[in-house]
Amino acid sequence: MGRFLHAFFSPLGLRRAVPQVWDGFQTNIKLMVVAEVLVLALALLIAIVRGLPGRSTFPLRALAIAYTDFFRGTPLILVAYVTALGLPSLQLSFVSNQSLFVYGVLSLTLVYTAYVTEVYRAGIESVHPSQRMAARSLGLNYAQTLRYVILPQAIRRVVPPLLNDFIGLQKDTAIITVVGVTEALAQAGFYSNDFFSYAGYMVAAIFFVLLTIPFARFTDNLIKQRERRERAQLA
Amino acid sequence: MTENGHFVTLAGVSKRFGNNEVLHTIDLSVDLHQVVCLIGASGSGKSTLLRCLNLLEPVDAGTIVIDGQTITNGPVDVNVLRRKIGIVFQAFNLFPHMTVLQNITLAPRKARGLTKAQADAEARELLDRIGLVDKANEFPDRLSGGQQQRVAIVRALAMEPKLMLLDEITSALDPQLVSEVLNLVRELAQTGMTMILATHEMSFAQEVADKVCFLDAGVICEEGPPQQIFTAPKEPRTREFLSRIIEAGRL
Repeated sequence: MGRFLHAFFSPLGLRRAVPQVWDGFQTNIKLMVVAEVLVLALALLIAIVRGLPGRSTFPLRALAIAYTDFFRGTPLILVAYVTALGLPSLQLSFVSNQSLFVYGVLSLTLVYTAYVTEVYRAGIESVHPSQRMAARSLGLNYAQTLRYVILPQAIRRVVPPLLNDFIGLQKDTAIITVVGVTEALAQAGFYSNDFFSYAGYMVAAIFFVLLTIPFARFTDNLIKQRERRERAQLA
Repeated sequence: MTENGHFVTLAGVSKRFGNNEVLHTIDLSVDLHQVVCLIGASGSGKSTLLRCLNLLEPVDAGTIVIDGQTITNGPVDVNVLRRKIGIVFQAFNLFPHMTVLQNITLAPRKARGLTKAQADAEARELLDRIGLVDKANEFPDRLSGGQQQRVAIVRALAMEPKLMLLDEITSALDPQLVSEVLNLVRELAQTGMTMILATHEMSFAQEVADKVCFLDAGVICEEGPPQQIFTAPKEPRTREFLSRIIEAGRL
């Protein structure tokens, strides 16, 4: 027990590790924020493309389906290797000379956009067809109906599952360490090598938890609020 | 208006869903300022007929001419067409995420190109007419069914339609809320609005209609002035339908 506590939780080790791991964790936060913004926008776009009507849009829809199928099924760690190590090896001017941070954002965005597209799509499909009919019968066109009637209702409904996916993304920023981005996990590793102490990993764990807990509580509250509102409607 | 003077003309209109023929060679004409009531059992094709009129459902055969424009073939801008045809549904279909005022002003702003101030002013005037101006900033779920349906009617009127289609608009309402909605429809009729309504309210149809059409299994079985249809129906199927209605105490 004493050895365990010493290896993971020695007060000196923890205290010493904080600045170094915090230095790396700021990179996790940056990865997360940039990727989340991109995911929110791209996923919405792809979800809209998947729902387009008419035969002429079939190639676009097929492309969107192929994309979501592929990246939902591919492990993030694999995508990270391929983008961060594979793209530079192509020696193409723009594609190959980005920073590791950019490749990290790219991998996270590619994978999580696929998930979030499905979340949006579920939301869009949950809006009753009579809403679309009512909007179209007022003379609004397809895009206006989507913009003012369907999407506002759809997005409101999927906020809790969206936040859930973002908690996943937040944690998965640590995977980007494998391609050499010095984020919290990498710094924790350096620390443990230097001081023969696992306290760095514990500090990293604490940082991740501290970041996800408020997120999780916020999500819970949103769900509860929604339930209360719907129950009020029934009463 | 078409050369024969009718505002709406249907000729040989058919509509099928799969193998089920919902409308079978319907011929119908409606004049400007006329109120036409469609009666008949559920599933007789009343709602489908109304939906075909603003192209929410495409027809499989026949032609529909509205206001001199053939809408069933050739290039038709459905969005432009629908701006002159208002439709109100049984289930209100208000937008739950918008206030009453936003519900009413959305289409005038986006489809008629009014400014927010113009649209708001018009909407408030309409709401004032139905005594709901104090509900302008409420969300639809805070309103009673009757109030919601009146807002839905006003939302359609805000597009200044030349034709109103009312699809069993009182069927989802508690009995005590029906009259407030029917009063509004009655006022509309008095102002000369051209209307086609599918309804189960036979006394109302008798009072307000210029022409009543009895639909049975996708066919207009009988049509005529209300006094004739309700007091001296010629077709046995009309008689049978009406006697069932009378038994149920609805006439």
